[in-house]
Amino acid sequence: MNDEIMVKIENVSFEYSSYIDESIQLAVKDLSIDIKQGEFLVVLGHNGSGKSTLAKMINGLIMPSSGNIFVNGLNTRDEDKIWDIRSTAGMVFQNPDNQIVATIVEEDVAFGPENLGVPQSELRKRVDDALETVEMTEYKNHAPHLLSGGQKQRVAIAGILAMEPDCIIFDEPTAMLDPVGRLEVMETIKKLNKEKGKTIILITHFMDEAVEADRVMVLNEGEAVMLGTPKEIFSQVEKLKILGLDVPQVTELVFELNKEGYAFSDDILSVEELVNLL
Amino acid sequence: MIIQLKNVNYTYNPGTPFEKKALDDVNLEVNEGEFIGLIGHTGSGKSTLVQHLNGLMKPTSGEIIIDGKSLSDKDTKMKEIRQKVGLVFQYPEHQLFEETIYKDIAFGPKNLGLSDEEVDERVRNAMELVGLDFETLKERSPFELSGGQKRRVAIAGVVAMKPKVLVLDEPTAGLDPRGRDDILDEIRNLYEKENITIILVSHSMEDIARLVNRIFVMHKSKVAMTGTTREVFSKADQLESMGLGIPQITKFMRRFKSLGHDVKDDVLTIEEAKEEILKYLRSNRDA
Repeated sequence: MNDEIMVKIENVSFEYSSYIDESIQLAVKDLSIDIKQGEFLVVLGHNGSGKSTLAKMINGLIMPSSGNIFVNGLNTRDEDKIWDIRSTAGMVFQNPDNQIVATIVEEDVAFGPENLGVPQSELRKRVDDALETVEMTEYKNHAPHLLSGGQKQRVAIAGILAMEPDCIIFDEPTAMLDPVGRLEVMETIKKLNKEKGKTIILITHFMDEAVEADRVMVLNEGEAVMLGTPKEIFSQVEKLKILGLDVPQVTELVFELNKEGYAFSDDILSVEELVNLL
Repeated sequence: MIIQLKNVNYTYNPGTPFEKKALDDVNLEVNEGEFIGLIGHTGSGKSTLVQHLNGLMKPTSGEIIIDGKSLSDKDTKMKEIRQKVGLVFQYPEHQLFEETIYKDIAFGPKNLGLSDEEVDERVRNAMELVGLDFETLKERSPFELSGGQKRRVAIAGVVAMKPKVLVLDEPTAGLDPRGRDDILDEIRNLYEKENITIILVSHSMEDIARLVNRIFVMHKSKVAMTGTTREVFSKADQLESMGLGIPQITKFMRRFKSLGHDVKDDVLTIEEAKEEILKYLRSNRDA
């Protein structure tokens, strides 16, 4: 991580009119945050808290009703720069089946960069490198629909990687996967951050995934209600529960023990930390 | 005994290069009123097994007996079996189709040929059981609801058939923590009030630990393990070798005990762990 800012979100709000009574609702309310180059930011919040709206705004799929978002210094409102913005900030969605466009894995990965006009020789290299990074090289000639959920999601990630973005936004990428698939995808995300220096914005419901982040932002009703390191966030068990979120079971155990009059340090996140504490 | 499987085998695409044995000599019994957890890695055969329970799939060989009736017996009416065993698939909200919540839930009971009064009664009961308010929601479109609520409408549609056995395939997948807790509470509520048999398929060991009495573990198309929840989760190494885990709190207690501390390591919930650790801390203080 360095001090250069990758994504700057400045007083952003997003309005929409309700299906039910057509009243104006705010999905995101006056939100500001600077996300640094190489940072791993996790965004938590229950359904309807504004997480996905925020993700779509960073990628320029929708525009803020007020305020501005800058990706690598480019305002997402600048229509001439929208393709630069989308190739700087790539996005991976929840359902792997909705993100696959080709019948062969490597053709699927090549789809994005080919549309950017990447020359053939360069294209080959990018596809190979991307598949290597997500550890799917041996499946490059397979049909994507026969892969497992975790494998499909890694192919989707490779497709984004081949466009060489500096930043990748993941919108609940593990929500539909089994435990093994989740682990595969999380390992890939961590690798992209630690080894490839990609800025990661990960939207998730799974608290164990948030434990690995540099910073965690908690959204509620479109507002950033908490922002800090995982330890700072998860030590506030009561507040998270009120917001409808989980904490790791070991963190909750310490919280319960402290209710009985003990004064253990409240920033325990893993089994090993708790074993050492007791 | 409400469900019995005897030497059940199932092979996909037999005689082709894609041949795959999905159920390999499966034997199991479920008693009336049990709350069963069915766990296993993706591809272990869980979903294939579940679809055999109400005759959606027929075994390649072996016998399935539901409430005393063999599914291979020609005199067994499949309609009756499907009413007895209600199946809630993954992402059941994708199967909602009616204009109103009332009509969607009433669809099944109407097809049973029940009177309008009886259908009405069943829709009311089912909505109440899954925590949906009848008066405010009955005329609303199911598509206006949140993900968790849509899922409850779908579950209510199956509950309204008054099944003796309710099979739920990953009912919390894709929900946020509050949506998940709400659905699990409703399922527990249903179990306690309706005196039905439930089979819960889940990848979440925490959910399984909270709810079920007995577990079947599927691995490589076979029933690899069976026992009470505590028995199964005490075999952490074996579960891990099958690509499964145990709840984090159970893992912690096992690790803590392995370091020579005098605690029980077969805890399943945070409350149990709290009690054990408090006992441990107090006895250390007194010593």
